[in-house]
Amino acid sequence: MREELIVSGRMNPHIDPQLQIWEWHIPAYLFLGGLAAGILFFASYFYIKGKSEEYPTAVKLAPIFTPLLIGLGLLFLLLDLKHKLYFWRLYTAFKIESPMSWGAWTLMAIMPLSAIWAAFNIKSLFPKWDWKFDIVKDAIKVLEEYKTPIAWAIMILSVILGIYTGILLSAFNARPLWNTSILGPLFLVSGMSTGAAAIIILSKSKVERHTFAKIDLLLIAIELFLIIHMFMGFRASSQVQIDASAMFLGGQFTAPFWVLVVGMGLVIPAALEILEMRHKKIPYMVAPVLVLFGGLLFRFIMAYAGQMSRWLY
Amino acid sequence: MRYAMAVDTKKCVGCSDCVVACQTENNVPIGYCRDWIVEVTDGTYPQLELEHRSERCNHCENSPCVRCCPTGASHYSDGGTVMVTKNKCIGCGACIASCPYDARYTHPEGYVDKCTFCLHRVKKGQQPACVAVCPTKCMYFGDLDDPNSDVSRVIKKRKYKTLIPEAGTNPQLYFLI
Amino acid sequence: MGKNRRDFIKISALGAAGLVAGTRYLMAQNQIVIPENPKGPWRMPHDLVRTPTYCEVCFWKCAGWTYKNDAGQIQKIIGNDDDPNSNGRFCPRGTGGVGMYYDEDRLKTPLIRVKGADGKQTFKEASWDEAFDFIQKKIEKVIEEHGPECLALFTHGSGGTYFGNLLKSLGSQNITAPSYAQCRGPREVGFIATFGEGLSSPEPTDIRDSKCMVLIGSHIGENMHNGHVQEMSDAIDKGATIITVDPRFSTAASKSKYWLPIKPSTDLALLMAWIHVLIYEERYDKKYVEQYTFGFEQLKEHVKHMTPEWAYGITTIKPQVIRETAREMSYASPATIVHPGRHVTWYGDDTQRLRAVAILNALLGSWGRRGGFYIPDKAKVPGVPHPPYPKPRRTWRDAMGGKYELADLALANGVCDATIPSATMDCSIKAWIVNGTNLIETLPNRPKTMEAINALDLMVVVDTMPMEITGYADVVLPECTYLERYDSLRVTQHREPTISLRMPAMKPKYDSKPAWWMAKNLAERLGKGEYFPFDSIEEELDYQLKKVDSSLEEMQRIGVKKLPRAYDDLYYKDGEEIEFNTNTGKIELYSTSLEEYGFDPMPKYTAHPEPPAGYYRLIYGRAPMHTFSRTANNPNLTDLMDENTVWVNPKVAKEWGLKNGQEVYLQNQDNVVSTFPIKVRVTERIRWDSVYMVHGFGHANKKLSRAFGRGASDSELITNVMMDPIMGGTGMRGNFITFRFNKA
Ligand SMILES: Nc1nc2c(c(=O)[nH]1)N[C@H]1C(S)=C(S)[C@@H](COP(=O)(O)OP(=O)(O)OC[C@H]3O[C@@H](n4cnc5c(=O)[nH]c(N)nc54)[C@H](O)[C@@H]3O)O[C@H]1N2
Ligand SMILES: Nc1nc2c(c(=O)[nH]1)N[C@H]1C(S)=C(S)[C@@H](COP(=O)(O)OP(=O)(O)OC[C@H]3O[C@@H](n4cnc5c(=O)[nH]c(N)nc54)[C@H](O)[C@@H]3O)O[C@H]1N2
Ligand code: SF4
Ligand code: SF4
Ligand code: SF4
Ligand code: SF4
Ligand code: SF4
Ligand SMILES: [Mo]
Repeated sequence: MREELIVSGRMNPHIDPQLQIWEWHIPAYLFLGGLAAGILFFASYFYIKGKSEEYPTAVKLAPIFTPLLIGLGLLFLLLDLKHKLYFWRLYTAFKIESPMSWGAWTLMAIMPLSAIWAAFNIKSLFPKWDWKFDIVKDAIKVLEEYKTPIAWAIMILSVILGIYTGILLSAFNARPLWNTSILGPLFLVSGMSTGAAAIIILSKSKVERHTFAKIDLLLIAIELFLIIHMFMGFRASSQVQIDASAMFLGGQFTAPFWVLVVGMGLVIPAALEILEMRHKKIPYMVAPVLVLFGGLLFRFIMAYAGQMSRWLY
Repeated sequence: MRYAMAVDTKKCVGCSDCVVACQTENNVPIGYCRDWIVEVTDGTYPQLELEHRSERCNHCENSPCVRCCPTGASHYSDGGTVMVTKNKCIGCGACIASCPYDARYTHPEGYVDKCTFCLHRVKKGQQPACVAVCPTKCMYFGDLDDPNSDVSRVIKKRKYKTLIPEAGTNPQLYFLI
Repeated sequence: MGKNRRDFIKISALGAAGLVAGTRYLMAQNQIVIPENPKGPWRMPHDLVRTPTYCEVCFWKCAGWTYKNDAGQIQKIIGNDDDPNSNGRFCPRGTGGVGMYYDEDRLKTPLIRVKGADGKQTFKEASWDEAFDFIQKKIEKVIEEHGPECLALFTHGSGGTYFGNLLKSLGSQNITAPSYAQCRGPREVGFIATFGEGLSSPEPTDIRDSKCMVLIGSHIGENMHNGHVQEMSDAIDKGATIITVDPRFSTAASKSKYWLPIKPSTDLALLMAWIHVLIYEERYDKKYVEQYTFGFEQLKEHVKHMTPEWAYGITTIKPQVIRETAREMSYASPATIVHPGRHVTWYGDDTQRLRAVAILNALLGSWGRRGGFYIPDKAKVPGVPHPPYPKPRRTWRDAMGGKYELADLALANGVCDATIPSATMDCSIKAWIVNGTNLIETLPNRPKTMEAINALDLMVVVDTMPMEITGYADVVLPECTYLERYDSLRVTQHREPTISLRMPAMKPKYDSKPAWWMAKNLAERLGKGEYFPFDSIEEELDYQLKKVDSSLEEMQRIGVKKLPRAYDDLYYKDGEEIEFNTNTGKIELYSTSLEEYGFDPMPKYTAHPEPPAGYYRLIYGRAPMHTFSRTANNPNLTDLMDENTVWVNPKVAKEWGLKNGQEVYLQNQDNVVSTFPIKVRVTERIRWDSVYMVHGFGHANKKLSRAFGRGASDSELITNVMMDPIMGGTGMRGNFITFRFNKA
């Protein structure tokens, strides 16, 4: 028999007996970031493509919520910090190797842009809106001249943001479950998928809904492919990654992951979207709501399970 | 200069003196620790082997905790030691998640704390508190770049291992076996 | 009078303390000098102020420094480099000693047992005057009605000097410590019978220069007696061969070249077989044996049939291994130590087992030789002169019916026996002072201890913590911790004689006081003030120190002082004429004194009972982070280990379906069930016929907030005591336990 025990020491809270340094805040923050990234990507993309009128929800309505989503995400991040008063230290350094750092800077950059974007569109959606202060009106007028470059900036930043939500985790070599380069694209795609789902929910136009259902379907397909690819990678990797993936292949996360995240969050909504495209009568809200729910749960499970996976020594 | 520590698993008795001594030296609050003792027993009675290890931050040469720190609070300091600057640390936990050895913890005041190799003592020419107290004298500390340091000499003489070298962190805590 | 005159009281005070009714009797105020001036000689690196002390967490008594931080709080305790007991390194318990001071569960005021209106007994907080009044009246009554011989003192620790002085001045010699008949007594008697002298503490084993060391159940490394641990590590570095005999894969066993996983209780057979091999393979030190020993031929004849093959059947150790290890011992001799161990009260034949150990050492010629046993030296520090003590008419020995006359110190269990009234005694002991020993957890056979306590007219308990024993006291006197007081000088033996000073780093917390002050005040009240001829302990210490060319001031600065050796050599010179303090003047392989008293002059193996089916032998020992029960509530040390576990071999676990971490109750052969459940540790490190647990846990007093109900107490399961017929030691390893899954 092999017996390995920690004789003394190591009762550090949140570290022992098992790492739990991140609770709900971080997965919620990652979800909101991904969602905002998805929405902003579609807004800027379709604006640049000149499809503002075709897809008004995507370009105008949905982005109005993104400053709020990002703000809420930042609030969760702040809540998670244990040394809150030093929060500002995030913005006295830029650490290129630290995803946490460039994530914070990306958010810092994209948040005002998303607010500007919202400001551009608020009047066209709510004609009675009044900015009250002339200076604001003037500023918007000046900025409006740079709308296309701003859209480009938003599009690039949104992709960075989407990838960041995955890289934040995958940069941790110490947690075998996270330590896969697939996590970046996977979280990006998942974030875009939730973005598309949000647009579907908000949209009143059938055409728009239809387009985004198609987009979503494609994203879900990529996502499923990446997930399978990820597990194949784990299985073919070192013992610690085999152990990590075992949590999902027979271990404690098997049912929640495959039934709730993959089944309810990906496969069922995909099926519903296909049926809907074939003009079956299905309440259009169901699929996107499931996608959003699946995306949220996915991040929770990855955050928790990742902290449980560890090196053996 | 490259500070490192070696622990002789053949002499360590797992008494945990190094753990208390670290706590009292460094004001580590009760319920927390910067170092800890692992005991591994292998075999079947009466064919048995036992290893005692006093573990702590490895002051990794390629340390993920420094890399992932968003504020620069975690940084390399004298002799390659890895240190945390209290009032730069936001307590985001990234470094904790990044350390394959779980060598860090969040101090109740919010910042992240861990072994400092007792740099405050080393700078005065003293040994780290855990090394100085160890009743079996099974710990060696010093500068690996100096061939005459305790640690260089013992590493030259003895077989050793490091923990999870596969993680690629290049740890600087050596276990003599 | 109810069934139990003394109900156990969980220290919880009823009513407020009475106002201090004037300090008429409170002489010799506790004038503690604490250096608060940071510019003093105590200023050290780290900008911390340091004061000398010697550790009281165990009885190795390491000397060190208490460091205070800028906030004036105790920061850490570090060994004194000049101290041979610690060499500047404390053990984990000593390092964690800061917790003794900070423990918020400490005793805070004197307490007096009173009966409440509802008939329930409880403690009332009292002033020192009230407490002393109470004690004075009771003691005067006992002396008047029964004589001073009916007073007894149990003590373990520094304050014993002063309470001992008090007792002797009153006319009683019933002064006892659990470190004798529950600990090293058989060893002292066995070695005195052989070499004419005992080992005392720290044992003069020359481990650092040893080339071969044999540990028989002595689990150095878990037993953290500091100097031993340090020197054993040095010896390992120098390539010494270590042979460990233990039914458990102890830490020491894991560092050994040979581990002999012996069947418990059979060590004597192994020892005799080793003697056989040394003699019949002619591997003993012939010159030494010829010059210094007595009875070699008898011994040779005696062990003729005690072959390794014979021992194999008893011990389960293979003959080949017995031979090989005996040879290893002889190769290294005389630098071979067959270690005598310390807690040796195991199976009742302990004096004889330790005799065998002594004989082995004699055959190897290691007594008085480098790498074996050195000749220790101890400073002679005169005390302040006082009148001679009155001679008692009786002692506890009178209650023993002529037994245990070879005991060179008082037996704690003997004093207990002498307290229980019996038809053959004209008077039993009526009052106890218990200083620094938790008799409830310390003495085996708890029902008997309780019987004795219930027969008392007065029990005064001096302690720092609300330990179990305090709950049975009539008066509880809170002592301040060793970090808050002066004490008598440490004068212990070593390679070089040293003295060391304990001085307070802090003022006593709460209303606690040092033992010397209590003893002196009581002596003055009882008319024996002339035995304490000093106003304050500083005065006494300074007087003593000046007699050895030092002073209190010097010792405050240096903490430890080495004095010159009186003997010029640490080892015997080659061929030196030596007169041993035995009947024959020789090392007695054949003991004439044991023969005189009707005991076997040479050790014989006798079989001991074995556990019945479904039962396992209960063996116990130490964890490096704790000292008995005294540290079980220490915040720093509970942080390292907060409960004990019962070690169970995987085979046994499988049979019983036990899982790691599962809680079980233990029940012994006399159907005593542990008060608390204990967690199972499934481990290969223990034999399948035994279970192991660390002594000192399973505390039953709720006031011990960290220790209460953590783990189980081995003591309460030790109801079968195997008495050593020679010196009255209490063998404690003849108890068998089984598992229970619930209490009722
Ligand atoms: N079951 C079992 N019984 C044993 C043993 C065993 O292994 N198992 N071991 C035996 C051995 S080897 C020995 S030496 C004895 C030891 O027996 P004890 O010396 O009785 O051991 P402790 O349980 O530590 O009790 C010490 C008491 O002293 C108190 N104390 C601590 N510091 C101070 C102080 O500064 N002043 C005062 N006044 N009190 C203080 C503590 O609070 C505690 O109540 O036990 C023996 N009994
Ligand atoms: N950390 C710590 N260290 C201490 C103390 C403490 O409380 N804590 N107390 C000190 C004191 S006062 C004492 S007396 C010493 C006691 O320390 P030792 O003299 O070293 O201890 P023992 O209790 O005799 O030995 C315990 C060992 O005996 C083994 N054993 C049990 N039964 C048998 C048997 O039948 N045969 C053999 N060969 N071995 C057996 C057990 O498995 C265990 O490893 O420790 C001292 N050191
Ligand atoms: S103090 Fe030394 S012997 Fe004790 S556990 Fe630490 S390293 Fe091991
Ligand atoms: S052991 Fe952990 S905390 Fe220490 S340097 Fe390496 S990664 Fe960083
Ligand atoms: S918790 Fe502190 S030290 Fe760690 S990564 Fe965050 S800011 Fe850096
Ligand atoms: S080097 Fe200092 S900080 Fe690090 S474990 Fe040892 S005592 Fe603690
Ligand atoms: S051995 Fe440890 S507990 Fe005992 S006196 Fe020395 S330092 Fe104190
Ligand atoms: Mo003892």
